[in-house]
Amino acid sequence: MKNYLLSPKFMRSALPGVSLAILLMAIFYTQPRAMSYFGLNLMLQYTVPIALATIAQMFILTVNDLDLSIGPFVGLTACIGATLLQTDPVFGVMALLACIAAYAGLGALIHWRNLPSIVVTLGMSFVWLGIAVLILPTPGGTAPAWIKAIMGFKVTFQLFGYNVVPPFPVFAAAIIAIVVHLGLMRSSYGVVLRGAGGNPRAISRAGWSMLKIKMTMFALAGLFGVLAGLSLIGLTSAADAHIADRYTLYSIAGVILGGGEFVGGRVSPAGAVIGAMTLTLAGSFLIFLRISPDWQVGAQGGILILVLALRALINWREAR
Amino acid sequence: MTGNLAGILRKLGDKPWIWSYLGMILIWLATVTYTMGQGGGSIISAALSFATFTVIVGIGQMFVITTGPGNVDLSIPATIALSGAICMKVMDGSNAMLPVGVLIALGTGIAVGAFNYMLIRVLRIPPIIATLSASFLILSTAIAYGRGLKIKPPPLLADFTTMKIAGIPLLAVFIIVFAILASILLNRTLYGRSVLAIGQNMRAAWLAGINVERIRYATYTLSAILAGFCGLLLAGFSGGASLDMGSEYLLASIAVVVIGGTSVAGGKSNIPGIWGASLFMFLLVTMLNTFGASAGIRLIMTGLIIVAVITVAGGDKQQR
Amino acid sequence: MSSPSGNIVSLSGVAKSYGAVRALVGVDLLVDAGECLGLVGHNGAGKSTLMNVLAGTLVPDRGSIVVSGGDRTANYKVSLAHDLGIRCVFQELSLCPNLTVAENARIFHPNLKGWGWRGRAGRMIIGKLDEIFPNHGIADDDVVGDLSIGKRQMVEIARAFTVTDEPLHLVILDEPTSSLDAVTAQQLLTFMRKVVGEGRSCILISHLLGEILGYSDRIVVMRDGAVVAEKPAGAFDRNSLVAAMGDVADEDKIEAHERIEKARGETPVVVRACPQTAGNGRELIAHKGEIVGLAGLAGHGQTRMLLQIYDAVGKRTASTDVAGPVSLVAGDRQTDGIFHLWSIGQNVTVRSLRSMVRGLLIDPAREKAQAEEWKDRIKIKTPDMANNILSLSGGNQQKALFARALGSDAEIVLMDDPMRGVDIGTKLEVYDLIRQEAEEGRTFLWYTTEMDELHNCDHVYVFRNGRIVAELSRSELTEEKVLQSSFEESAAS
Repeated sequence: MKNYLLSPKFMRSALPGVSLAILLMAIFYTQPRAMSYFGLNLMLQYTVPIALATIAQMFILTVNDLDLSIGPFVGLTACIGATLLQTDPVFGVMALLACIAAYAGLGALIHWRNLPSIVVTLGMSFVWLGIAVLILPTPGGTAPAWIKAIMGFKVTFQLFGYNVVPPFPVFAAAIIAIVVHLGLMRSSYGVVLRGAGGNPRAISRAGWSMLKIKMTMFALAGLFGVLAGLSLIGLTSAADAHIADRYTLYSIAGVILGGGEFVGGRVSPAGAVIGAMTLTLAGSFLIFLRISPDWQVGAQGGILILVLALRALINWREAR
Repeated sequence: MTGNLAGILRKLGDKPWIWSYLGMILIWLATVTYTMGQGGGSIISAALSFATFTVIVGIGQMFVITTGPGNVDLSIPATIALSGAICMKVMDGSNAMLPVGVLIALGTGIAVGAFNYMLIRVLRIPPIIATLSASFLILSTAIAYGRGLKIKPPPLLADFTTMKIAGIPLLAVFIIVFAILASILLNRTLYGRSVLAIGQNMRAAWLAGINVERIRYATYTLSAILAGFCGLLLAGFSGGASLDMGSEYLLASIAVVVIGGTSVAGGKSNIPGIWGASLFMFLLVTMLNTFGASAGIRLIMTGLIIVAVITVAGGDKQQR
Repeated sequence: MSSPSGNIVSLSGVAKSYGAVRALVGVDLLVDAGECLGLVGHNGAGKSTLMNVLAGTLVPDRGSIVVSGGDRTANYKVSLAHDLGIRCVFQELSLCPNLTVAENARIFHPNLKGWGWRGRAGRMIIGKLDEIFPNHGIADDDVVGDLSIGKRQMVEIARAFTVTDEPLHLVILDEPTSSLDAVTAQQLLTFMRKVVGEGRSCILISHLLGEILGYSDRIVVMRDGAVVAEKPAGAFDRNSLVAAMGDVADEDKIEAHERIEKARGETPVVVRACPQTAGNGRELIAHKGEIVGLAGLAGHGQTRMLLQIYDAVGKRTASTDVAGPVSLVAGDRQTDGIFHLWSIGQNVTVRSLRSMVRGLLIDPAREKAQAEEWKDRIKIKTPDMANNILSLSGGNQQKALFARALGSDAEIVLMDDPMRGVDIGTKLEVYDLIRQEAEEGRTFLWYTTEMDELHNCDHVYVFRNGRIVAELSRSELTEEKVLQSSFEESAAS
């Protein structure tokens, strides 16, 4: 047992959870009042959209690509959600579906021409931003009431005769992690999708279509990008084309923090959600430490480097 | 022997940067036609002014991208912001301190380059993630250091960066000369040849006696130094440093490299193309402005052109 | 479904070329139901290319493919081959390292899905592993990337024999025992005989002639992309099989170039290296001006030895001592040698640029001079050295790589089986040049898988499993001795 706990394999998989736990303990130590329903809800508020965007990025990374446009894309869907979806639901839903279809098309284009995804998505980030600006030139709009209702939902259930009220972001994050885990890690087609990142040649040799796989993964990323945008306006009530620009960086960092690898189809949905939570909490922690908000971004970079350094250390130990 | 049309066309095909210049001229003609010849000269003058800064960082980015797939410097905007902030604060508007400012820009670049490469080499972090997380830290340093910074640049620097002789910006002349020097660096020196060799095949380069790691280190440092100088000059040009003055150069630096005919798969690069692409990008925005296109349309067009160029030029064997 | 007496597969006139290289030149191949066909030949003889055609991963330029009596030449591909009951265990592994053993089984069987697929896949693959390799020690939820290379190969083999609801007629095993130890190799071969006994067919490719002679019913020998011999296994013995495989290249020419034997040790030692893997105390020594051969079967540590020497230049390491600058001639041109965007001239001069710098810049005149000098000296067939390197044939590309090494300041030249896929004319020219350079004091370390090339060497080290197992001087060198030491234990089985 002790050997297992010290094995590089276990340490690698435990790293995301341990990082989150340490961060949480540090927060509760510096600010005990945060250990409440209200406190957790507040600190973790933005977990849901960030986790959804991180999952979107994870789908792309699974097939060895990278999406540098997910932030502006989330911004665009937020703008659609706060305008078209509110004023003309049918048209709004169609616009969101078109967004997902566009993502699938990008996957097809990247596979067909064997293009570097980083450049294609970089270009698309302009396009998403441009459309968002056209739809909503100045910050504003209103989120549909039903989205706000969902995001403000108070979960209650009975456990051993007690009423348990988990903070909504924690509840939602758990649901997201479980659903994606079942779909990608447990289902029989999910295996093929992940295999395409591990050894694409073996997958096509076994008779699967890489084009279909890429399109599926990009479409899934588009779907989760849409969900991220909608959940975001559920929290903010209004939208802005630039509302989610940071999400590109957050999503990449979240996947990596969660133990996902850059290539080779090694990803973890649960890890990605934990990674997104860690990033969200890092900001709150700094506020509690009374460190100026200037260092918010820096701290996120620092945590990312720290976790990657730990992982490099574990790998190095394993290699010896 | 001479005057063979097919031969000329083939020669043109070998020089992909021609297209960016052709595109630039066409767009300029379209703009001038629309305005009935009004302001054709001043458009070129403005284009030269603004493209200069894109060219500076574009050249650094080009060397990085040339070292092969997966190599890209995402820390350029943060480095611009940091260098600009420190330079302005230390020089404090004094002409006498200008040499110190230059040294600081240089020093910032060297430090950032070393840090980036340390992450890549020691922690084995993929360059995209390494430069991304480094940029978080650098940006935070810049924000913390430069908060509320409203310092005017030394008059000498301001004059140098904005001076025009017969409508031609002085700085642009300097950077044209610099681009020629960079071209010589790329094609006629051991360093340049090594970069090109590494980009084609890192293993073959090692087996051909090239010190691969030293060259990569030098390349990331070169990119960071150029970003540092860009920060200094940009602060002088725009009358002081601002923290987001680098943000547009993340996408722009990569876009001009790709549009300018440098292969994202590495090993093939083009410096004249960077000038052409930078002017092209600026003139495109100017043209859309002249036509009365909104900000959204301008963004969409920019993005679509990047995607179109990579789709036509792409199809290389490498991914990412 | 199967036709018990008829043949499963019939290939006729299959040809495939890669650019100027002809990998297959019209091959006929028959596989009967219930037989094990042994397929042998040297590296590059076309065995793997032929098997890729049969597995549907490679489309031939010409030829017809008939499976179970039906002509399938048109739109023959992997999924069709799979549906027709043809499976292939490829030489390079086709497992996904990020997936578990059970998940890899699922990849292979498109109809393995629905509720409880994971359990079914796991039971199926573990059941087959139990059947072939008792006590294999592999669990269905082990991640493949964490398994040893031997266990991965076991998984891959077992997976090829699993059946859901499509038929299984023929399994191609391409060097299946290369990563297995003696016990598991034995288990596999025994299982293979059992499967054949049940009326299914196997094609066995192996460099271990003992396996081929002992376990196949019929043996097909390939050389230079063609079938050169085909007899029942009983009609061959080891010697006749080696003779059928062996190159019979212009022996008289080789003889004419025999060098005068020199006593060892008259010149100083320039390379001393001990293989890092499993040392048995034997080390490789090269004296100045010597041509030292590294022999043995492909992939038994020779390349690693060369890279170890290459990496040790300018460093002091315990196991390796190198005196003087080193250059390397790559054998795998595409991955280790060629800069595909550059001209022939640039490819030649890249190793020598340091000496062409005047001031800070590379002098184009000197660069051109070196390119032209070597164009003449090594006879690179091109109108212009400024043409792209890929405009050359394979042999001439290789000459450019030789020119790169020989034109440099290197005193020691490492050669990593550089004559793979090079025509005989080019070879003879380069041999002359190497001997000439050695006379002038350069040292050559030459890894080769071709027997006749060893006759150019003054001293030969035979490698097996990363170790030096024999050391032969020029007078002791015979093909039998090299083969004997190369096979030793493994062939004794």
